Order: sequence, then C-alpha cells, then structure tokens
Amino acid sequence: MQNTIHSTPNMGLDAKIIIGLRDRFFSSIGNSILTVLSVWLLLMAIPALFDWGFTRASFYANNAQECRAAGGACWAFIGEKYRFILFGTYPFEQQWRPLVAMLLFVAMLILSTWRRLWNISLLALWTVGLATAAILMWGGIFGLTYVENSNWGGLPVTLLLATFAIALSFPIGVVLALGRRSKMPAIKSICVVYIELIRGVPLISLLFMASLMLPLFLPEGLTIDKLLRALIAMVLFAAAYVAETVRGGLQAIPKGQFEGAESLGLSYWQQMRLIILPQALKIVIPPLVGIFISMFKDTSLVVIIGIFDLTLAAKSALADANWQGFGVEAYVFISLIYFTFCFSMSRYSQALERRLSVGQKR
Amino acid sequence: MAEAIIQMRDVNKWYGKFHVLRNINLEVAPKERIVVCGPSGSGKSTLIRCLNRLEEHQQGSIIVDGTELTNDVKHVEAIRREVGMVFQHFNLFPHLTVLENLTLGPIWVLKKPKVEAEKEAMSYLERVRIPEQANKFPGQLSGGQQQRVAIARSLCMNPKVMLFDEPTSALDPEMVKEVLDVMVELAVDTGMTMICVTHEMGFARKVADRVIFMDQGEIIEENTPDAFFDNPQNERTKLFLSQILH
Repeated sequence: MQNTIHSTPNMGLDAKIIIGLRDRFFSSIGNSILTVLSVWLLLMAIPALFDWGFTRASFYANNAQECRAAGGACWAFIGEKYRFILFGTYPFEQQWRPLVAMLLFVAMLILSTWRRLWNISLLALWTVGLATAAILMWGGIFGLTYVENSNWGGLPVTLLLATFAIALSFPIGVVLALGRRSKMPAIKSICVVYIELIRGVPLISLLFMASLMLPLFLPEGLTIDKLLRALIAMVLFAAAYVAETVRGGLQAIPKGQFEGAESLGLSYWQQMRLIILPQALKIVIPPLVGIFISMFKDTSLVVIIGIFDLTLAAKSALADANWQGFGVEAYVFISLIYFTFCFSMSRYSQALERRLSVGQKR
Repeated sequence: MAEAIIQMRDVNKWYGKFHVLRNINLEVAPKERIVVCGPSGSGKSTLIRCLNRLEEHQQGSIIVDGTELTNDVKHVEAIRREVGMVFQHFNLFPHLTVLENLTLGPIWVLKKPKVEAEKEAMSYLERVRIPEQANKFPGQLSGGQQQRVAIARSLCMNPKVMLFDEPTSALDPEMVKEVLDVMVELAVDTGMTMICVTHEMGFARKVADRVIFMDQGEIIEENTPDAFFDNPQNERTKLFLSQILH
C-alpha cells in the first residue's frame, strides 16, 4: 500500500499533525511494529512505577509495619533516615554545619561556571570559601565544637572527594599528556610507565594500596589522614585517564598550529598555554567530562576502606533493625542525588561547548 | 656591500636517507627580495623552513642577522623574533579573533603592553586593507582575507626578514591578486627583506632582485628576474620555465 498523501502548506493543522505522526511512527511495517512495542512497554512500566512510587506509597508512617502495609514505596523511611544518609555520623545537633558547608561548596561551584570570574578573583573566592567550609566542618574555633574528620559522612564527604579529585587530577593529567609527547626519553618513559601502570589496575586496588601500603612507606610517627589517602588514590587514578584523553586532543591539532606558534617566537610553554592546549582541551570536553562524571560516582568505592560517603551512609541506614527491607527506596534516593550532580555536569559541559564554538563552524 | 643578513654555507639536510638539501650556499643582503622557484620536491620549502628552524639542517652553517642557528633554544627564539613567516595554509589560530591573533606575539614575546600592541595591530590591518575584520574569527573570513591577516600577524613582530612559503598556492584565483598586491606593497614601501617561494612569476618579475631556481635539493641557477626569464642558462631551468610559462 503506497501512501501518496504528503503534507502541504495549504492543509489544516489537524491534517498536518496526523500526517506527521504517520510519517514518524508508522512509515513502514518495521517502524509500526516498533511503535506498538514501545507503547506497550511504556503502558506496562509507567503506570506500575507511578502506582508504586506515588499512589500506594506511604509518605508518613510511624514504623516499618505501617509503611509496608500500603504495599507501595515507603518514602517515610527516607523521611526518617535522610539526615543520617546525608550527613553520616556527624553529631546530630551540629549537622547545620555540614549543610551550610555543602551549600557554600555548591554555590562556589556554580559561581565558578561564570566566565567573567575566570581570573584571580576565582582564586580568592575558593580560598575564602574553602577556609570557611573547613572551619565549619572541623570546628574547634569560634565556639564551634571540634569534629574530627573520621566522623564526617554522607554527601559532604562525596562532594569533597569528587571536587578535589577532579580539580587536582586535571592539571596533573595535562602535564602527563605533554610529558608523554616529550622528545626527552627520561620524561617520556616516566609518563608512559605511570599511565600504563595506573590504567592497568582497578580503582579499588589503588584505594586499598593507598590505605594500607602508604603508611608503611612513611617515616615512623607520620600518618596521613585516611580521607587524604583516599583522595590521593583517586587523583592518581583519574590523572592517568585525563592524560590519555588530553593526548588524543593534542594529536588532533594540525602541525601547522605548532608551526604558526613557533614562527612567532613563542616558548614551548607559551605555545601550549596560549595556542595548543585551548584548542586541544576544547576538542576533548566530551570524553573529559565523562571521566569527571565517572569519578564523581567512583567516590562510592571508598566504602571499601571504610570512609563514610553517601553510599556507605545509605547502606548503613538500611542496617537499622527497626526499618528493614527498604533498600530500593534508599538507593533510589541516593541515585537521585548522584543523578542531580552528574546531569548538571553534563549539561554544563554542553553549554561550555556551545559557548566556546562561537565563530567557529564545526 | 652591507653585511649579509642571511648566510647559508654548505648546508646539507637529509630526511632519513633522502638528501633533500645539497650543499646550499646562499647569501641574502638586507632589503633584498628573493624569489625561489623550482619543481615540486626540489627542497625550496625546506630551504626557507631551515631559516627559522622549523626544519633542522644536519651539516653546514646558517647565520641569520649575526646569530648562528644551532640547537640552542635561546638562539632559535632570538632568530624567530627577527624572522617572520607566512604559510601556504595560513596557520591562523582559530580560537582567537583576528586582533588577538595579531597581538599575541607582541604581547607575549616582545612584552608590549596590550593597548600599544592593539594600536599597532590595527595599523597593520589597515595596511593589508581589512581593518573592519578585527573582531571576527579566522573561520569567518575568506582565504584571501585570512592570508592577509597572516601577513599582518608576522608584520606585527617587526621582523627583519619575511619568509613566504607558497603564500598564494592555496587560494582561489580571484583572491591571489589581493594577496600579491599586499606583498608588492610590502616590498616597495617598506624595503623589507623578503624570501618568497612561489609559482607566481609575474610577482617575481615585478618585485624580485634575484630569482633562484632549485631542483633536487641544489641551487641550479640564480639571476636577476629579467636575465632569468629571458635568458636562462641551464637546461633544467629552461625545461622548468617552459613548463610553467604557457
């Protein structure tokens, strides 16, 4: 059967809609089957999800039995446990401090995306902001009680680890990429060995090694904070992947750009900083942000060495004898939190790409 | 006779086993205009690229403005400040505006303040007749305009010598003239020392003090343009001229 009716400008809106739908969803046998299949799947999944999540869900309940009675999701569990999941074992009355510290952190991250601040004032902003956050979290002065960092937990720990891991691994990765392309054999070998070694092991084993082996190498009496050890492992891990991604970007830059920069008399670092790296980094924004998003979620692995991040907090919340069996709700809750941050990073990277392409058709 | 601004003595270069420059001996006086021509693969681009160390020579010596070209980075950077280069494919920086392309060198290499660098850049843009394009990106300009920006960019460094590596070979025919006009003006008005690799023989006749013919890495013949075109001596020169002047 041949459909010969096509949309023309003279048709009414309803006719155009019907023809548009037909072209998009029913233009061939295969297409029509897929459409019917998709609609069937959606009809199976969405009402059931909505039913579980909203219609039969209990938003308020006094205990586990009441909550389970309705048969749907037990959001009351989250209501009961959210402070523990978000802040871990931080002293209950003092939890406003990590809350404010986190809000401060997020505010600084959002402000950092504003291009007009991309100068020395950004450094000032972060110095002041981090100092304030540190005072809030640790305390000990200005009348705040001291809370050592083994009691920190939940979202602040995740945010802290992720932000510093990303921020520190990025410059190290760039230097490694440049080093791998160096003509000096010593520098090149060191970079190659580092990158291949790190890429060959899972993050978990690096976390273990940092946690267990690092203290063995340190002189007697000198200990490195556990959180710092985890951070070092994550930075070392991410730097290797950043290095390879940036190296790919550097390879994509035409030789003429290097020659144009050289012919002006720019030094090696001036060439890299002003000409080559801006172009190379712009090219690799998609895979680079992918690495950063992965790092954010990989913070959940510190569970292995006993650091109380968001995931471990959720897991521990489930261990409560009075509230058993609400695993789905707990993990949906933290998944939403992870999703918020990761999706924001993704959207920001797309906006950044768009802004940087001004005047250059690609 | 003024001290030669460029001296190449017994320069030899190999790409692996391939002998690309054979015993090149060349002296260029200040304010002299040289056109280098020859068949493809004759080593003419390699020759001028050796002058600002984009290529390294293995034997012989190259002295530019009194400084010898060696592996010493300081020497190389000093020479590159005195020698400007215009490339066949422009090599403009696509992520910077035209004005930023021009002021990059003066600000970071010559350490000029931004305001002064921009003023000078605008005057050079007017010299190459495209001042209105200052805030556009290279990707938004035509080929002829891009090459003129490239010429202005090199001029902003106030070099003593300008090297041109087939500057019009990648341009549409109707844009070749606008670039050649700029180059002629440069030669006539400023007395800049120019070494130009090109196939544009009309340009050579109009502007060159000397035409050098290269083939298979050697300098075969060099002469004034009139003598070169009207009375070529060497057989290979005659063959080349018959192929390109048709």
